[in-house]
Amino acid sequence: MGNLNLKPNFSDPDSFYAALTELHRDLDPDQSERINARIILLLANHIGDQDVLLEAMRIATESPE
Amino acid sequence: MGMASPKTYTNPVYSYQHSPDQDSVTAVHHPVIIVGAGPAGLSAALDLALQGIVSVVLDDNNTVSIGSRAICFSKRTLEICDRFGCAAPMLDKGITWNLGKVFNGDRLIYEFNLLPEQHHKMPAFINLQQYYFEEYMVERAEQFSEIDLRWLHKVTQVQTDDNLAQIEVETQDGKYRMTCDYLLVADGANSPIRAQLGLESSGQVFEDRFLIADVVMQSELPTQRRFWFNPTFHAGQSTLLHRQADNVWRIDFQLGWDANPEEENKPEKILPRIQKMLGEDVEFELEWSSVYTFRCRMMESFIHHRVYFIGDAAHQVSPFGARGANGGIQGVENLTWKLAKVLKKEAPEDLVKTYDVERQQGAKENVLNSSRATDFMTPKNKTSKVFRNEVLNLAEAYPFARSLVNSGRLSVPCVYDGSPLNTEDTDDFPTKIRPGSPAIDAAITSADGKQWLLECLGGRFVAMICVKESNRLSMERLRQQITELMREAEEIDVLLVNATASGEDMLKEGCREISDTKNLIEQRYDLKPGNVYLFRPDQHVCGRWRSFSAGNVIGAMRRALGYELEVR
Repeated sequence: MGNLNLKPNFSDPDSFYAALTELHRDLDPDQSERINARIILLLANHIGDQDVLLEAMRIATESPE
Repeated sequence: MGMASPKTYTNPVYSYQHSPDQDSVTAVHHPVIIVGAGPAGLSAALDLALQGIVSVVLDDNNTVSIGSRAICFSKRTLEICDRFGCAAPMLDKGITWNLGKVFNGDRLIYEFNLLPEQHHKMPAFINLQQYYFEEYMVERAEQFSEIDLRWLHKVTQVQTDDNLAQIEVETQDGKYRMTCDYLLVADGANSPIRAQLGLESSGQVFEDRFLIADVVMQSELPTQRRFWFNPTFHAGQSTLLHRQADNVWRIDFQLGWDANPEEENKPEKILPRIQKMLGEDVEFELEWSSVYTFRCRMMESFIHHRVYFIGDAAHQVSPFGARGANGGIQGVENLTWKLAKVLKKEAPEDLVKTYDVERQQGAKENVLNSSRATDFMTPKNKTSKVFRNEVLNLAEAYPFARSLVNSGRLSVPCVYDGSPLNTEDTDDFPTKIRPGSPAIDAAITSADGKQWLLECLGGRFVAMICVKESNRLSMERLRQQITELMREAEEIDVLLVNATASGEDMLKEGCREISDTKNLIEQRYDLKPGNVYLFRPDQHVCGRWRSFSAGNVIGAMRRALGYELEVR
């Protein structure tokens, strides 16, 4: 089991959320999907640890709709 | 679906020969019969012959591979072939390349250099047409009186129980029967024998088609592997260009699942496709082509009573990553020494069943690796395709993304981690090499002219002991232990490393010795004075210790011979 940090860790949560949604505001779904893929790849490499990444994938898949 | 016969290569024709077995009233018995004279079947015959085991090899054809098929032969395969005595012509004829280029569209996004580690006898791999590879193996096999190679002898019926296999063979002179203790089946991916016995090889089919074309051209192109994702000359699909011997170039065009295989394999369809890729002014001739759907599948067990499946008959992979022929030969090497030991009654019969344990592991690894490469090339849904494309888009600017680009990884042999034949480490060692690993080569010197460590291993158990710079007391202990080992275990060869430097001539009686002049064994094995590695006859490590004791080494050998296996 990895040690994915699930406690609040953003230096500025509201600004992050605003930036993320702003990024997608004028994009169509295909463009958004591509951008999201890049963001995931960039961040996944930054994290690096396979156990942490798998834990994030597990939580993302199991979380309620 | 093959077509046009090769222009640069003339297939040898091996003549049918009538065997005295055909005139026998009763079925003649042989210890080992091998079905199929491809890379796997010939490897089995060669390795058994080196162990003094006679075999009959039956092939329904009278030549080597028609068309090239496998082209990438890995370092480990070449090391095994070197042990067989047929690597030299392969290296002479084969093409060695180091530089790979990856294109996204028409843009070069990065290059990689596969320059291998220095001071190994064999290169990381060579590109060589399968027909040459097989031809050199046949030439080698013909030198062994232990190998009875019968062309145009087709096996039509197989029956087996726990004691025996019985076969019926069809020839131009009619049918005959034989029996054997072990039937090794290397009759290819669609194995008729597997089907006849009602056995399955299961796995996944990749919903994609590939045109594989070998073309002859006098090209100024450097010897590189070039891989395009979505180039303008073949929009939406991938293409691979690889060089083989005789100015033959291998081109793989991904066609997509909707492509019509018959249509795509027509010259009028293929030629413009290739011309568009190479450029209008490039002259080439089509040598051979075929349209494939790739699949990865394996049998649940490679052993069915006295029938042992090897090569593609046992496990089949897609070609990206060169795990097919290479994995097959590595599997055969795993089986043959065990078979020889059992036939010579130097090991319990169960030893040979560990072929299934260790090679299921190897085959799963090969299936995993080639599936991952194929999945990268043929994404299974839209989101996978988006990820794949964005990996490629990021890869040009950001090195991290290049690690995810998968157009086939370098083929590496399986480490038999957790094998019941291993004696696990009790001492502290680095894990890059470990029990279950194939030996790592190193340049050495020796009085008998050997220049490579791997030339000193294989065929028998070998205990490699470092005796450098020990003090007198430890030297005395070492000498005692070596004497005991040589007395108690005739089947182990003792290989002393750096004995000369310490001037201990006494140690050398009956031992072989080598000098680690470049300190490569020390670096690659972390072998220090008093340390020992025990290698199996297939050059895999089966145990190692910081302090050498004859008892430990003999115990590990017995375990590797299957004496500690739990009764199944």
